[in-house]
Amino acid sequence: MDTATRLLADAPAQLLPARELMAFTLASHIMLVPFGVALPFITLVMHHRGLRRNDPTALLLARRWSAVMAVQFAVGVVTGTVLSFEFGLLWPGMMGRWGDVFGLGFGVEAWAFFLEAILIAIYLYGWRRLKPWTHFWLAVPLPLAALLGAFGIIAANSWMNTPRGFTLDAAGNPVDVDVRKAVFTPIFGPEYWHFTVAMFLTAGYVVAGVYAVGWLRGRRDRYHRLGFTVPFTVAAVLTPVQFFLGDNIARQIFHKQPVKFAAAELVWDTDTHVPEYLFGRLQEDGSVKGGLKIPQLDSILAGFKPDTQVTGLTSVAADDRPTALQATIVHWAFDIMATVGSVLILLALWYAWCWWRRRDLPRSKWFFRCAALAGAASVLCVECGWITTEVGRQPWIVYQNMRVSEAVTPTGAASLWTMFGIVVAVYVLVFGAFLTVLLKMRTRWRAAGDGTAAAEHPETDTPYGPRHELAATAAPPPSADPGADRPRGGAE
Amino acid sequence: MTADVLSWVLLLVIAAYACGGGVDYGAGFWDLLAGGAGRGRRPRWLIDHAMAPVWEVNNVWLVFVLVLMWTGFPEFFQTVFTALWLPLALAAVGMVLRGAGFALRKPTRRLAARRVYGAAFAVSSLLTPFFFGTVIGSVASGRVKPGTTASADAWANPTSVIAGLLAVCATAVLGAVFLTADARRFGAVDLVGYFRLRAWAAIAALLVVAAVGLAVTGDDASYVHHGLTHGWGLLLVLLSAAAGAVTAALVAGPALGWARYGAVAAVALAVAAWGVAQRPYLVPTSLTVQDAAGASATLQWMLIVAVVALVLIGPAVTVLYRLDTRGVLEPLADEDVAR
Repeated sequence: MDTATRLLADAPAQLLPARELMAFTLASHIMLVPFGVALPFITLVMHHRGLRRNDPTALLLARRWSAVMAVQFAVGVVTGTVLSFEFGLLWPGMMGRWGDVFGLGFGVEAWAFFLEAILIAIYLYGWRRLKPWTHFWLAVPLPLAALLGAFGIIAANSWMNTPRGFTLDAAGNPVDVDVRKAVFTPIFGPEYWHFTVAMFLTAGYVVAGVYAVGWLRGRRDRYHRLGFTVPFTVAAVLTPVQFFLGDNIARQIFHKQPVKFAAAELVWDTDTHVPEYLFGRLQEDGSVKGGLKIPQLDSILAGFKPDTQVTGLTSVAADDRPTALQATIVHWAFDIMATVGSVLILLALWYAWCWWRRRDLPRSKWFFRCAALAGAASVLCVECGWITTEVGRQPWIVYQNMRVSEAVTPTGAASLWTMFGIVVAVYVLVFGAFLTVLLKMRTRWRAAGDGTAAAEHPETDTPYGPRHELAATAAPPPSADPGADRPRGGAE
Repeated sequence: MTADVLSWVLLLVIAAYACGGGVDYGAGFWDLLAGGAGRGRRPRWLIDHAMAPVWEVNNVWLVFVLVLMWTGFPEFFQTVFTALWLPLALAAVGMVLRGAGFALRKPTRRLAARRVYGAAFAVSSLLTPFFFGTVIGSVASGRVKPGTTASADAWANPTSVIAGLLAVCATAVLGAVFLTADARRFGAVDLVGYFRLRAWAAIAALLVVAAVGLAVTGDDASYVHHGLTHGWGLLLVLLSAAAGAVTAALVAGPALGWARYGAVAAVALAVAAWGVAQRPYLVPTSLTVQDAAGASATLQWMLIVAVVALVLIGPAVTVLYRLDTRGVLEPLADEDVAR
């Protein structure tokens, strides 16, 4: 029997649905994270520009982005809360034994998230009535709160990857918890910086991508130019930084989680002069099918010289390491991330070159085509990075201390599959509705911009909860209020 | 010592969620009962308007409850989430539908789509607190012991169901009282009477369910019942009832704003009574606070983080609620995002 089948046969039946559910909900949530972490910052940059230069276009962009933020943040809040439920619903074994060792990070995150929710509420609802600069300054701590939240989550995740800060008693329970060591684990630093930069970069490319599409469709006005330039510049500046950070974390993994590194690079036996495989599939016997083999390169990348010894998967027992299939998944995720990262560097260089030579955006349509794709590509990279971290750690939920199968809930597989079905259906609906709402907002704004606002949907003022009609009849409408005469957000 | 302090913090955070989240769930409850598109237009307008700036903040309390549970009392967390798998899973799904429904209804224009989002929001606003209530009932009744696996018996029993209904009634009271005050604040004079009536109805329903609950728990959850009918527990129950009565009176009078404090006090005191009644247990008669407590170093750090966070968050939350009650917070209107 091959390893994968044997491992599956040993595992409790509910393990697979539990892992699928966790993977699905996390993969969904993580797509919103870049915007939760970095969109406030990018919006504030635009907002500042608008206030500073008295630029109505910049202020309009900032207001529209915060309208998007309102919806995105709400969906992120609920999908994020689901994840905290899943720690209990799916992995009670992990939380029961290790919760007090690594839970502090979540504590920090929860408070940071609280602060973020407060600040974002003030920012989103402050446009109309607050004084322009007061409004801006009240939002300035927002990116810091987001960074603090990321600190908490990454502290918890990096602890699961390189756990420490405790000793085990005779019964195998953690005692003598050293909180400082448990928060700042060896992989924490590299993971934190790699992650946060990824968030800013992704949000930048996605937002810029929206305006790149508009640019390609011939909407070459100042509005689109500004909407493209500010987020794209943020992302382009960070791209080379991220390249360096990605290289750094790979080498840290080589030192601190050698088996994960072996999975990412498809290294079977511990050896020197190890070749690098670009893609390719690992077989059960340790050979690699397909892919491009570059002799010596893996050793060189890991330790800067060909005789660097790289630990292989076979250095640990078969049930202590990822299966061949898991290793292949990790490897592909890793390679896709590295490839996309390299292409994005070229894109950033193209942009920098044109800016340096002509103080202007590149003229080529191909640049904007690539820029339009860069957003989706970075989201793909975020997913790949997360797959590399999490699948590469298998079969451990707490690296080398607790198996995923030990942590899983005793609830039956049938219940979990049912829940999985429900959650997939709900998420498809929620994310579908989310995208529809965003597209509708865009259409509405575009219509308003073209002076065709009158052509808005006839149901705009239908009775089901619309504000305008009702406000006109009973409640004082905003415009009747003395405070509303103040210029909104500064310039107009 | 640290464990005790942290268990009180946990109770406090649960009370905060019961009040903050409860107001939101209650608003959703009245949204559900507001009738068809024509009849429910005005109450729904008010609900939308009153809830929007603060609902995310109110829901963060729930995340705190979870984090405090798994970090401070890992075994308690494991026990509850294993034994009460189904109600908690359903509550989680309910929360997604609720939050997404509310957030997506706002920027949607088509009536049909608004109805779907509104229904998702309103129905799950009823179900989610019910399931949370059953969880508390199950814990209080002592059916959840460490090592219990998920079973219907753990939560489909008199105490759990009554606790679920009690939670729904409490959210209805909170929602109606806050909306009465909001109606005056936003100048929707006719809605003041509308929600005042509903506040009274909800308070009456709450009293009935609470009375039934006290009778039912006599046998079904004897430890907590004893705690609620003796000593500090009894005192808190009486204070809670008094706060409820004061709220009913305040809603009628000119000091409407104070009714909100009354409703919050009633709910918070009820939660406190439950906590006091099951001292020193987290799960009556099988798991004490001391037994479930995590590593003391972590508990101390949790408290330190909480204190630091309060220093940071206190001013922010004050600013938010002050701006909100002064009517400074307003959503972006169409003309703000049009060129």
